[in-house]
Amino acid sequence: MTTTYREAVRAGLREALQGDERVFLMGEDVGRYGGAFAVSLGLLEEFGPERVRDTPLSESTFVGAGIGAAIAGMRPIVEVMTINFSLLALDQVVNNAAALRYMSGGQMSVPLVVRMATGGGRQLAAQHAHSLEVWYAHVPGIKAVAPATVADARGMLLAALQEADPVFIFEHATLYPLEGELEDGDLPLGRAAVRRPGTDVTLVTYGGSLPKTLEAAGQLAAEGVEAEVLDLRSLRPLDMDAVLESVAKTHRIVVVDEGWRTGSLAAEVGMQVAERGFDLLDWPPQRVCSAEVPMPYAKHLEDAALPSAERIVWAVREMLA
Amino acid sequence: MTTARAKAPPPLADERLLFLLRELLRIRRFEEKAAELYSLGKIRGFLHLYIGEEACAVGAMQALTEDDRIVATYRDHGHALARGLPPGALMAEMFGKANGCSRGRGGSMHFFDVGRRFYGGYAIVGGGLPVAVGLALADKLQGNPFVTACFFGDGAVVEGEFHESMNLAALWRLPLLFLYENNLYAMGTAIERSQAQLDMELRARGYGVPAEAVDGMDVLAVEDATRRAVEAIRGGGGPHLLELKTYRFRAHSLADPDLYRTKDEVEDWRQRDPIDLFVARHGIGEAAVAEADAAVAAELEAAVAEAEAGEWEPLEDLERDVHTPVGP
Repeated sequence: MTTTYREAVRAGLREALQGDERVFLMGEDVGRYGGAFAVSLGLLEEFGPERVRDTPLSESTFVGAGIGAAIAGMRPIVEVMTINFSLLALDQVVNNAAALRYMSGGQMSVPLVVRMATGGGRQLAAQHAHSLEVWYAHVPGIKAVAPATVADARGMLLAALQEADPVFIFEHATLYPLEGELEDGDLPLGRAAVRRPGTDVTLVTYGGSLPKTLEAAGQLAAEGVEAEVLDLRSLRPLDMDAVLESVAKTHRIVVVDEGWRTGSLAAEVGMQVAERGFDLLDWPPQRVCSAEVPMPYAKHLEDAALPSAERIVWAVREMLA
Repeated sequence: MTTARAKAPPPLADERLLFLLRELLRIRRFEEKAAELYSLGKIRGFLHLYIGEEACAVGAMQALTEDDRIVATYRDHGHALARGLPPGALMAEMFGKANGCSRGRGGSMHFFDVGRRFYGGYAIVGGGLPVAVGLALADKLQGNPFVTACFFGDGAVVEGEFHESMNLAALWRLPLLFLYENNLYAMGTAIERSQAQLDMELRARGYGVPAEAVDGMDVLAVEDATRRAVEAIRGGGGPHLLELKTYRFRAHSLADPDLYRTKDEVEDWRQRDPIDLFVARHGIGEAAVAEADAAVAAELEAAVAEAEAGEWEPLEDLERDVHTPVGP
């Protein structure tokens, strides 16, 4: 069935709310407003205000409340409006959600799902448009995933709800209107997926950079270069076996990551390839990341700051020159 | 699932007086022993003693049932002991042993016993408040008659999470008891230098949260106020706040040279020692105190022995419990 990414997330939420009475959704404007990105539109009417719960603008406390409710037997899904706002709750994430199980010697689990929009490309400037997933992926005790397709948008949410530990889902805001095929069935977290097979170079990416990377692969194909596009899907844990399997075939890797270059997920993937697959490489690992600036507003500046199909193609051409 | 019920205050028979005395003394002597073991290097890291504040934890805990949930701070020894966590498991935790109440992963600041509904010591000031909001929310959603009691200090009430949690708990009428232990200092900063408004009843009223200031050196006053608040909460009255006015006789932690307050001030407060006050007010005889003290000393001796005898967590378990094991 063809639908949008936005509707796929909503379908996942609806299934979760229908299937498990412990599940409830809370966050800013998820109820009466219908969600800042209209993801939860209609769910308040369907499930009522107890289970589709509007919160005040208190990120730290409603994320922390999700932790407490999860400990006490509920299955909360917390929506944070954007990843930049989620920084207000990072204390609860790092010091509590990720640490409580370990710090208590294994006495409790925190089965919490937190969803948030991430990424740039909509001229929202320096406080609404960053791609900070790597900060979450840095933290032991949580899982971090970034669905890039319509099927994953639904499937990974439902898979996250099967997890016993906190899962953070990063939904790139430019993906919400994209159309694709909705699929039934379960989806294991933690596995990368080949989105386009190829033999000449491995393009590793995730989330909102997938469409750009596929576009770049299309352009490269016209030049006779067959790029393999690997969608990480899970940012913690990383499916490095899948990355290395592809590199073993192509011997070249470019990581496309909308995060800032320094300390990026791309840096982690590249380092792990160097550690585990140095002999596989015919060329140093490369990355296409965001420019190291707070996101600018003006369109031409924002475009220049973000990874683009063009920049991905350039990076590959240089390797194959 | 057991049903929570408000415990009626038992009469102040001798037996009950002696019970409370022992509860207070257990904390006092535990802390003294911990300080001693810290100076011997058996306990490391930070050690924040509860000496002087014993009546807060002991009094409040008398009014809570075993189904109610507790959230504590990094100064959590008194809360844990008053909740009934075994002193041996706490001592072992501070030794860093695998038989500690958090398998040696938490130490002094992070005591946990989920079986006793003790959801931990939180060492980011104010960080336990949102978790307590969530525990109370879960009980409300599940229709449980439980109350979540969250301890925090005067450092927490100037954190944003205090504001957020008061507002959210009141907005959602959660069964949450805010237990504000005001010992007048956030580490070395006096409340006059950190709070623009010192009247907590007034502040709480701003959120629509009924509040009451209580003499935190008087164990029965704390118990009585807690009992009333818990009853109101269980009756659907929404969150309540108690300000327990207290004082820590020792420095903030054993790393603190205590330069920010005068010896006279500390001495004045020591005149209101919660244990001495209790003993004097109820005319408990010297022999009875000595007997209680001896019983507590024996308990603590056993606790230290248990900690000494505990095993170290094997190194291969370093990464155990980062994640919940996946079932077969």
